[in-house]
Amino acid sequence: MSKRPKPLEYEIPLNGEPSNGSLAKAPTGIVGLDEISGGGFPRGRTTIVCGGPGCGKTMLGMEFLARGAQQFNEPGVLIAFEETPEELGANVASLGFDLKKLVDQKKLYLDYVYMEPSEIQETGDYDLEGLFIRLQHAVDSVGAKRIFLDTVDALFSSFSNEAVLRAELRRLFRWLKDHNLTAVITAEKGERTLTRHGLEEYVSDCVILLDHRVRDQISTRRLRIVKYRGTSHGADEFPFLIDNTGISVLPVTSSEMRYKVSNERVSTGIPDLDEMLGGKGFYKGSSILISGTAGSGKTTMAASFAEAACRRGERCLYIGFEESVDQVVRNMKSLGLNLDEWAEKGMLVHEAWRPSQYGIEMHLVRIHKLIEAVKPQNVIVDPITNLVTGSAQKEVYSMLMRMMDFLKGRNITALLTNLTNDGEALETTDIGISSLTDTWILCRDQELNGERNRCLYILKSRGMAHSKQVREFVLSREGIRLVPPYIGAGVVLTGSSRVAQEAKEKADALVRSEEIEKKKAALVRKRSALEAQIQALQMDFSAEEQELDRIIKRQQASEKQLEMERDAMNRIRSGTPEPTTDSAFAKSAGDPK
Amino acid sequence: MKKTTAANGKSATNGQPAMKLRLYVAGQTPKSMAALSNLKRICADHLNGKYELEVIDLIKDPQLAQGDQILAIPTLVRNLPVPIRKIIGDLSNVDSVLVGLDLRGADRKSQKNSAASGKAMGAGH
Repeated sequence: MSKRPKPLEYEIPLNGEPSNGSLAKAPTGIVGLDEISGGGFPRGRTTIVCGGPGCGKTMLGMEFLARGAQQFNEPGVLIAFEETPEELGANVASLGFDLKKLVDQKKLYLDYVYMEPSEIQETGDYDLEGLFIRLQHAVDSVGAKRIFLDTVDALFSSFSNEAVLRAELRRLFRWLKDHNLTAVITAEKGERTLTRHGLEEYVSDCVILLDHRVRDQISTRRLRIVKYRGTSHGADEFPFLIDNTGISVLPVTSSEMRYKVSNERVSTGIPDLDEMLGGKGFYKGSSILISGTAGSGKTTMAASFAEAACRRGERCLYIGFEESVDQVVRNMKSLGLNLDEWAEKGMLVHEAWRPSQYGIEMHLVRIHKLIEAVKPQNVIVDPITNLVTGSAQKEVYSMLMRMMDFLKGRNITALLTNLTNDGEALETTDIGISSLTDTWILCRDQELNGERNRCLYILKSRGMAHSKQVREFVLSREGIRLVPPYIGAGVVLTGSSRVAQEAKEKADALVRSEEIEKKKAALVRKRSALEAQIQALQMDFSAEEQELDRIIKRQQASEKQLEMERDAMNRIRSGTPEPTTDSAFAKSAGDPK
Repeated sequence: MKKTTAANGKSATNGQPAMKLRLYVAGQTPKSMAALSNLKRICADHLNGKYELEVIDLIKDPQLAQGDQILAIPTLVRNLPVPIRKIIGDLSNVDSVLVGLDLRGADRKSQKNSAASGKAMGAGH
């Protein structure tokens, strides 16, 4: 391969890639959030996290604090206005953070600020110096670099003098800045404003909006950086997930198509299919789509691919949206594919969940997280079609596209199955995903003479010579075989018709060969007869030849005699006697007389 | 810690328990000083020495702010009798201080006086 030109240095910060700006950042340690914010929250400044109730504001702040203390050695202070430290501790314990331990290690200081409005009577002039004293005390006692105030809205319900409150809030934000604290403040979302009490007016460095939307009974959490002064950031809405490892934000916009491709090939798990794909199988890191009608063998192909991958010593992630793990394992056992064995060895990670369980983005987040955890070389999604039931097509397409980009970026071979409904054109996918895939294998049923048979062909396979034949897909206890169908006499036959036709041909051939044998024998006989005749003729001929020879010899002898007699005559006439011949002459001369 | 405890607490009559008060201040700010002098006057006028007063300066003892959940300065906390009451501000409005301390109904006579003294205090500012 020739040297490719280097990618352009010029970058468009679509995803909030780290800018060269001098703004210092405090990493949050939250998966994905540091990416889209270009490295974290602004260091020494205040970030407002706003959103409606139950959108995950507190979780975000807590994770920022806990990760700061655990991973980045930045002690933190939590000022909780709504929940007690015990409640918060219980909440974040489910994310794997031990607040008590962090407090014991002097990495975290918790202060619960609670005001019971019914206990309070306001008389005359006051300020919130008490709060500042408590903040100062908290910050000093652990040497805090980070602080999380959750949520200052509570102050508005505790104090009636809003003028004082606003002045004190302004002072609070200045105080945080003066103390060089990286602060996160949560605030309830307002009806028309970002926060109910207009806190964004005081802080204008970074505002993050969280949102919790329900569509078609499926909820999706989303995060958007509304404002981040001095930083290019992702302006899109990013879905995020809260699970037992904390928050994960997923950058939505797909990465650039700069991934390296591999020339390595991997087996499909079906030797006959490898044969069809130029004898070597799929390209490593490519994406494969297997589409077909119900019961056409998609899952079986996926399973045998998985099995082959494990056999090669590669890890494989199998995500099922249709059948439970046990069910797939049982079904594949009947074909001699022992997926259990590989799962036990940790080579195969098999996860199944309902597509309707989450919104489409959450599926992607979960798949991402699984891939991060399992680090597979192969990923199977079976089937992608079920995702459509949960979400709109456009979203599914964009989700799958991003997933493919993600997988390709990691050189992971992806095998997706797609269910085609009866009556639809086979060469279409619900989601129009086929253009995203490199190899597209179509399984279909063929009905003939009261029998359904599985057939398979390769619709496309980028970058390799591949068979264009339709093969019959035969499942047996020994596994999968792809049998070339009967093609001849203007028909293509599969299944028992193929077998019958083949038997008939065999019988025909037998009859034909018998006839030939017969003819051969007859010919041999004729040959020997002819040869005998030839011999007889030759004998006749040689007899005649001998006879002729004899006649010629006699002729020659008599001619010689005549010559001699003529000579003797001449001598006699000329008077030269020749005794030896004289008598003879006399004798011979005398004879005719 | 600046602790001013009224010794008269023990001489409580009528068998009523003494009122336990805590005033939280932050240094010698005008607001804190005003609150302290207003409180002393109210106590003298309305409590007949049946009280204990503790003044806590949070600048010196910041860790004490957590216990009584102090945010605003100055804050007067009545720990006894229950329920706990908190009065925030410089205590310049004697009426509302008395309401806050549940003294309004108990002492009608001194009401006028307290109102007058409140006004006087306001003028003094």
